[in-house]
Parts: sequence; structure tokens; C-alpha cells
Amino acid sequence: MVSVDVSNKIGKYTTFACAILIITITMSIILLITYKGLAIFTRDGVSLKNFFLTTKWNPDATPAEGGPFVGAAPFIAGSVAVSLLALLFSAPLGIGIAIFMAEISTGWGCKIMQPVIELFVGIPSVVYGWIGISVLVPFIRNHIGGMGFSLLAGAIVLAVMILPTIASVSTDSLRANPADIREGSLALGVTRWQTILMVMVPAAMPGILTAIVLALSRAFGEALAVQMVIGNAIRMPTSLLGPMHTMTSIITMEMSDTVMGTVSNDVLWTIAFMLLFISFIFILLIRTINRGRTAMR
Amino acid sequence: MISSRNSERIATAIFYLIALLVSVLLVALIGYILYHGLRVINWHFLTAAPQPFQAGGGIGPEIFNSLMLLILTMLLTVPLGLGVGIYLSEFARESRITRIIRICIESLASMPSIVIGIFGLMLFVTILKCGFSVLSGVMALTALNLPVMTRLAEDAIKNVSKDLREASLALGATQWQTITNVVLVAAIPGLVTGVILSAGRVFGEAAALLYTAGITTPALHFNDVNPFSNNSPFYLFRPAETLAVHIWKVNSEGLNPDASQIADGASAVLIIMVLLFNLVSRWTGSWLFNKKTGQ
Repeated sequence: MVSVDVSNKIGKYTTFACAILIITITMSIILLITYKGLAIFTRDGVSLKNFFLTTKWNPDATPAEGGPFVGAAPFIAGSVAVSLLALLFSAPLGIGIAIFMAEISTGWGCKIMQPVIELFVGIPSVVYGWIGISVLVPFIRNHIGGMGFSLLAGAIVLAVMILPTIASVSTDSLRANPADIREGSLALGVTRWQTILMVMVPAAMPGILTAIVLALSRAFGEALAVQMVIGNAIRMPTSLLGPMHTMTSIITMEMSDTVMGTVSNDVLWTIAFMLLFISFIFILLIRTINRGRTAMR
Repeated sequence: MISSRNSERIATAIFYLIALLVSVLLVALIGYILYHGLRVINWHFLTAAPQPFQAGGGIGPEIFNSLMLLILTMLLTVPLGLGVGIYLSEFARESRITRIIRICIESLASMPSIVIGIFGLMLFVTILKCGFSVLSGVMALTALNLPVMTRLAEDAIKNVSKDLREASLALGATQWQTITNVVLVAAIPGLVTGVILSAGRVFGEAAALLYTAGITTPALHFNDVNPFSNNSPFYLFRPAETLAVHIWKVNSEGLNPDASQIADGASAVLIIMVLLFNLVSRWTGSWLFNKKTGQ
């Protein structure tokens, strides 16, 4: 039999090994994606300016034809456009639900909305994409205009997908407000609505901003639901009803059609590296927002 | 000018309206999927293999693959996540190491799943030569689900009251005995609820699997249960297209004349599974809680 002291040690080292494993996984993803992602600049000699600022896409073009053309601006602009538009649709609704749950109907309303939000999270992204294709795209084609596969369709699908993130994180943040400030405000004769707008929401602002950044991060990273409804045309997203592409959708579409080690494959890894980089920026943003909060309290 | 009393009423009405709108949207989404899907679902659809170029195929192998990947992923992530959770909440003192662990968990959690997918393509499929396979898919899903599981475990363990821990230690139990016999047992309701909920998400994941588990399935011979035989459904080195990936594939390849019926049916199966995971997690959560508190 193992003595108790030894079992204590074994337990400690086993759990520590699990922790080391999670570090290893994260580091290997970061290192591999970075290594593959920088090849386009180091090995293939593409300039940063070419990648970020040009819009011509033909990575297979030979140098004799003036290629390779690896302008990623349409994908970057596409991701930014579809994510920001989704946020524009989703933020008012999500924050509205948070206020409803935390301030207005904390009893039965909350009991209903909590599972509603959980179910929105639970619906798989391909199902959102499929509903987008079968309902939203024909609706836009028949009633609004264009082909239906569009920036607008992508933004609406994404808006529904990020709604639960905004709602649940904002709700938590509103609930974390100390009750004193609400009571203080009400005691001064301020109405409930004014209290919510002037006291509760400003006090919960760091949390609400965190919710928005988390939602943006999810929107940037979402691949299939968006790819299914945006039409996948390589062009700058200039119109709401036109087809477009995003950083995730080009990876989804082209990764299997390219051969490892070629420029057309390397550039996809560069886009993946960009996605990783952007997700780190979002983490930093959230940390900055919340550092202010802990200092305040 | 609107009196403050009226503006109060209008504002309240608007918030009720938003909540109503969002609830109606959810009911409409689920209702739409179930209405269209249940017309397609029958025993043949649920068990038959897909037919690539003609109508009338089923989604049997895809359902099997989804369940197999889910179970294997959970077998890996639950112990690993628990391990990290225990380490962070019980053993580690706040230090540089725990800060690094937390930063890693946060980074991993915020990585887009397609990025984890192509990482899997590079490392598991190509470098480790696992090919498009069950194993590659499971490893990608593990990387995706591990941060979720770790947070869950840490939260559930942290919620266990300090008194229990101190009482156990005071009785002379070692730290490890306290963790395994007291803390983990007390944390079970929280753990089970979280595990089942995250299982729903793993079940619906597609982006991380396109380039790891692949988008095809060989013919599965269900009478061959030897996991080392190439034709066995339990063979770990065969491609395994899941249900969620199948929905994506029939839509983007467009090789099936009845693609939209297949997508309807498969979506309904996915939604039903997600609803089941939600309900089961609620029930087991409260059942375990009642059992523990002796009600």
C-alpha cells in the first residue's frame, strides 16, 4: 500500500503535470502558427505592405505574371465589417436583456431568460449557418435585394450567435453592483429607470465593455456559420447586400485546396496567425478594462 | 415633456419587449428546425449511410462518429481539466507559474476553433502522421475543450465551503485525502452540470474537425468490434465525419439532390441532442444536490 504521504506527493505532481500539459498545448499552438504564419514574409519575400494593404488575390500567379498576389485586405476588412455590424445589432439587445434580468424582472423574467440564453449558446454554429441559408438568405434575396448571400446575412447570423455572450457577461456585471448604490439612488427620489441609466449601468461599465470585447472576439473567430451565408467572393466589403469573404472563411475554403509549402498555403497560415494575434489583442483589452476596475474598488 | 412616471413606464415596456423578442426568436429557431427536421427523420435516416450522389441517404455513421468523438474527448478532457483545476485551487500558491497557467488557459479559450483545427492539421494529421482520423479529431477537440473544463473544475472546487476542508484536515486527513474524499465529492453536482453542458458544445463543433477528423467516413462494419482492424467503427485511424461537419459538407459541396432535407434532419438531431444535454444537466444537477443534502 502507498503511504499517505506518498499519495499526497503523487497527487500534487500528477495535477501539476496536467497544468504543464495545458501550457505545452498552448505554447505549441502559438509557436507553430507563428512559425508557419511568418514564412510568407521570411521565405516567400512578400512585403507587409503587400499583405495588409493590397486587394489583389492570386497567390498562385508566377513571378513572371507579376505575382504572387497576396493582398489580404479584403479578408481583414470583411472580418472587421461583419463583426462590427453584428455587434451593432447585438449589443443593444444583449445589454437590454442584461438590464431586464438584473434590474427589472429579477424573479420570473430571469427564470425564463436564463435557459433561453443557455439554449442560444447551445445551438451549434453549423445549425445557425443552415438556418441562415434556408431562411435568412432567401428572405434578403426576395425582400431586400441582391443575391441574399451577403454581409448583411453574415452580420445577422453572427449577431444572434454573440447575443448570449453579451447578455450573460453584462448580467453578471450588473448583478455584481453593490445594492447600496441602487438603494442610495432610489432613496434620493430618483426613478427606477433613471437609477438604471445613471447609476447601475455606469457602475457596471467595465463588465459591459468586457462583454462587448468577448463578443467581438467570438465574432472574429467564428468560421462556418459566417462562411455559409456571406457568399465567399474576394472583394472589399463595400455594400451591405454584396457577397464578401472573411479571414476565417478563406482558411475554411482554401486550406484543403492548397499544397503545404507553397505561397498559396503559406498565406493562409499568415491569416491564421493574424487571427491568433487579434485574439491576443482582445485578451489584452479585457485585462486593461478590468485592471481599471480592481483599482477603483 | 414626458413625465418621469411615463418615461419609467415606456422604458420598462421596452425591456419587456426586448426579452419577449429574444425569447420568441429562440422558440422560432428551434421550432423551425424541429418542424422541418422531424418530417425527414425516420429509422432509415437515422441509421443508413449517406448516399453521395443520390437522394435517400441517412446519417447513421455521422451520429456514431459524433458520439464516439464526444466520448473519447470527454475521457481525455475531464481528468485533465480536473487535474489542472485541482492544482490551481488546492495545491498552487499564487506565483509566476500559476499566472502563466492562467494566461495559457485564457489564450487557449479565446483561440478561434478554425485555428485549432489547422493546428491539428499540421501537428496531428501531418507531422505525427495520424492522418484525417478519429484520433486527430479527438486531440483537436481536447485542445478546444480543455480550457472550458479547467475553468469549470476550478469554479466547482472553489465553491466547496472552506469548513468542509478544514474539518477534514482537522481530523488528520492529508491534503490529497481531503481533496479526493471530501472536496471532489462535494463538488460533484457543479462538475456534472458543467461537464454535460460542455458536452453539448463539443457535440456541435465543426470548424475544428474539418481538417482533423476529416469530411469523409469509410464504410463501417458494425459486426467488427476489434479496434485494431481497419474496417472497425472503433478503429482510431480512420476518418470520421461528424454530424455537424456533415451539415456543412452537404451545403458546401452540393453533391446531394436532397441536401436540404439532409441538413434539416441532421440539424434537428443536433438540436434535440443539445436540448437533451441541457435538460439532463439540469436534472442531474438538482438530483445530485438533493441527494447530497439528503432531501
